[in-house]
Amino acid sequence: MSLVELGATALLAELEAGRVSSVEAVRAYLERIDRYDGEIGAFLRVDRDGALAKAEEVDRRRRAGQAVGRLGGLPVAVKDILCARGELTTCGSRMLANFRPPYDATVVSRLQAADAVLIGRTNLDEFAMGGSTENSAFQKTRNPWDLERIPGGSSGGAAACVAADMAPLSIGTDTGGSIRQPAALCGITGLKPTYGRVSRFGLVAFASSLDQVGPLARDAQDTALLLEVIAGHDPRDSTSVDRPVPPYHQLVRQPLKGLSIGLVREHYAAGLEPEVEAAVREAARVFQSLGATVKEVSMPHSKYGVAAYYIIAPSEASSNLARYDGVHYGYRTDEQAMLAELAAEQALYQSAGTSAAEPDSPLVRLYRRTRSEGFGPEVKRRIMLGTYALSAGYYDAYYLKALKVRRLIRQDFDQAFAQVDMVAGPVTTAPAFKLGEKVNDPLAMYLVDLYTVSANLSGIAGLAFPCGFSRGLPIGLQLQGPPFAEERLLAACYMYQQVTDWHLRRPSLS
Amino acid sequence: MTTRYELIIGLEVHVQLLTRTKLFCGCSTRFGAPPNTQTCPVCVGMPGVLPVMNRRAFELALKTAVALRCQIAPFTKWDRKQYYYPDLPKGYQISQYDLPFSSDGCLEISDPKGRFERKRVGIIRVHLEEDAGKSMHDEAHGRADSRIDLNRAGVPLLEIVSQPDMRSPLEAKAYLTELKLLLSYLGVSDCNMQEGSLRVDANVNLHVYTPDGHLVPTPIVEIKNMNSFRAVERALAYEAERQFKVWQETGQRLGDVPKQTRGWDDVANITRPQRHKEESSDYRYFPDPDLVPVIVSEAEVEAVRQSLGELPAEMRNRLEVAYNISPYDSDVLVNQGQALVAYFEQVAQQCGDGKLASNWIQQDVLRTLKERTIGIDEYPVSAQRLAELLRAVRAGRVDTMRGREVLARMLDTGRTVDETMAELGIAQLDEAQLMALCKELVAENPKLVADVRAGKLQAAGAFVGQAKRKNPNVNPARVRELVLELIQGQSEG
Ligand SMILES: [Zn+2]
Repeated sequence: MSLVELGATALLAELEAGRVSSVEAVRAYLERIDRYDGEIGAFLRVDRDGALAKAEEVDRRRRAGQAVGRLGGLPVAVKDILCARGELTTCGSRMLANFRPPYDATVVSRLQAADAVLIGRTNLDEFAMGGSTENSAFQKTRNPWDLERIPGGSSGGAAACVAADMAPLSIGTDTGGSIRQPAALCGITGLKPTYGRVSRFGLVAFASSLDQVGPLARDAQDTALLLEVIAGHDPRDSTSVDRPVPPYHQLVRQPLKGLSIGLVREHYAAGLEPEVEAAVREAARVFQSLGATVKEVSMPHSKYGVAAYYIIAPSEASSNLARYDGVHYGYRTDEQAMLAELAAEQALYQSAGTSAAEPDSPLVRLYRRTRSEGFGPEVKRRIMLGTYALSAGYYDAYYLKALKVRRLIRQDFDQAFAQVDMVAGPVTTAPAFKLGEKVNDPLAMYLVDLYTVSANLSGIAGLAFPCGFSRGLPIGLQLQGPPFAEERLLAACYMYQQVTDWHLRRPSLS
Repeated sequence: MTTRYELIIGLEVHVQLLTRTKLFCGCSTRFGAPPNTQTCPVCVGMPGVLPVMNRRAFELALKTAVALRCQIAPFTKWDRKQYYYPDLPKGYQISQYDLPFSSDGCLEISDPKGRFERKRVGIIRVHLEEDAGKSMHDEAHGRADSRIDLNRAGVPLLEIVSQPDMRSPLEAKAYLTELKLLLSYLGVSDCNMQEGSLRVDANVNLHVYTPDGHLVPTPIVEIKNMNSFRAVERALAYEAERQFKVWQETGQRLGDVPKQTRGWDDVANITRPQRHKEESSDYRYFPDPDLVPVIVSEAEVEAVRQSLGELPAEMRNRLEVAYNISPYDSDVLVNQGQALVAYFEQVAQQCGDGKLASNWIQQDVLRTLKERTIGIDEYPVSAQRLAELLRAVRAGRVDTMRGREVLARMLDTGRTVDETMAELGIAQLDEAQLMALCKELVAENPKLVADVRAGKLQAAGAFVGQAKRKNPNVNPARVRELVLELIQGQSEG
């Protein structure tokens, strides 16, 4: 068995036993990246030298009997939206193509402190806005199961690199499904933690009240290992919750007794592909066979989730992205060209003998050009949506209404969790679609988030993992639990993965 | 035609809170540092960073609001006020919109000279927000080399919005003076207008009373750029006349035209219309999702109330009663700040005469402070020494006139009262010397003696005057007593 097939937990055991060195492991993954990432395009940048240097250092310490962090020498890929001091952090945007933050995201610091080997930065939809990773300003990422298809998004690179065994562990972010949906479409395990479980400091904000950093890995155990390292209170993030971090990696193997699972009636409406529904229902039967009780629950407001999400997320995004104005950092338009453009316009107005149309001031033109050149179309679309929704006269009808829906959806969950420990359902209506299939249909693209946005709107935890295949493409199951029920979700997933092998299947890469 | 009008003034005051660090990051708030040396990723608005509320700033804000007798909201949140400007690096200012942490307070103002009736100015709201940076630019002339200093970006500001309860420039000035005094008593702000730690905008219009008995409100004008209390007074006086003229010319009422913003030109002594800021009409406020709401309990508010200490209004009342001084006197003393009041109280207690202490401090001490532009903490004569001097005055060891000489000399030499009196040759005559002097006077002035015998007691005063001419150090009261004794003794003998 090759090193890259072991998965994080098994590989860590080998490292700790001294049977494998971190350098060997990192080399194996780098080799894998060399071989396959040309086609897949999961990584924006691979830090070969940095990774090997760190691996050597960890090996040296381990050999000398010194303390080694929790992830001692395991490679971890990081979505290119978490800041790392002095390193490019592009957010998949032209706007930040050359941006090097002077600080580390808390998650990055925690990974470093745990002696993770940060192997590279993964591709994403620009500013995490999208569900296919096609909105990256730099490259497309392909689904390892079918290179004609998208890997999901926005953490498409994060999911694809794990699915193709180019990294055992990977950090993603989830604002409306951006971890769970690509995890499902790539056949791996991905967790969106409870809002506040993981610090957002240094995560470049898309929608602050929805964003959450989370782990992607091969299975429940590996996911638990990574969560244990990145979770915890951070005084630099006022929204992070001060609550002890359970030993997830240890707890994940404890079987749950008397588990009750709800199937949400409203999930099985028109639009859900029969194969996906069949796989989900089959997964429920597997849980029953493991002793769980399964019953139907209702979440009447879930159908408004996407609509509320596409008001709230763009509203926050329009505000969060206002700072990219070309003044203080990041992309700035060519000022000479800008001034020439203004001068030409002025001349035109004069020759036309009209003063009716006043040209922009240089400042306004600087903003206008910088932002129209620096942002891609989807980002602009959301900024416009959000700006509109927050405008005077529309605020009550859109933003406030969306907040009401948000509360109702949370109530639905609360009521469901009064009856069952967690709800199970599909992650997406269908397996991965083809590249380019939905790029010209934003609405169809937004509906991809149908089953995932509710967890973000409610702040609860959601876990996605493979539960079947349709025409050779993975199908995901989603378990959603109450706030801070991560250990139960992971333990349920572990139980399931003990009796199924979907998570062990690998795409055949040539 | 005689048309009367009333000036309606509401003031919006921004004060910088005296915190060591900014409202949402750990940067220093010190004034005058080289540009952009007090910045960090948070106040520069870099991607991914998050604000964390400075508890100290909130405490100071709470203190102020409680002192202004505001209602404190049990639940308050932060909102983003959004607009594009280079000195606003995030593209929004963190402020408070629909749920300010406090509202519905008041501040009492009065004029010791009685030029207006004592009144309560309502406070609509007090809220906390972050300051923007400073732009130095020349956008209008097509140049793109603007400079931005973000040292100030993120500094905590308290916005205090009054009701339109003031009716004259004088009242507006009294409100500002009283507010500034309160803030300095609370120790929440240094209120330095030059350094921008206190800024005032005014909303002004007129209530015109037409000859047919109607009240017509005119459009509200916002006035900015007033850099001193004096400027506020002058700008408001100017605005009253200007607006009345506009009303006479146009008859425009409130609601006929959009709110205008005008800037005060301190040199030309006029207000000028200001260009509207880009998109100022719609700030797209919404709750800041990076910050958690602040919950304030009754107990916390009570604790703040207990910690306030004595505020100017209470202090004025107490001084009047405890030291038997006039409202005017207590006003003058209290308006000088806590340090001067403490000085006064020490002097008054140690010399045993509040009125005397108040007079000397108002006439002599304050003049010196003003002349030397120093504070009471730098005044060279300690309260003990001044009290000692006043005791000597009360005991008749030195009279008021010579006492002033003593104080003037003590200011320069720093010596004690006794040393200074000795230096000036002010030594009390002993009883024998004084008796000899009085005998001399009685012998020299038979006419006066006769007057005294005839019951004209004011004649005794003439003896005192003569005694002082012979020796300035005589104790006038004792001279009077001795002379009377001698005259009576003579008649018996
Ligand atoms: Zn700062």
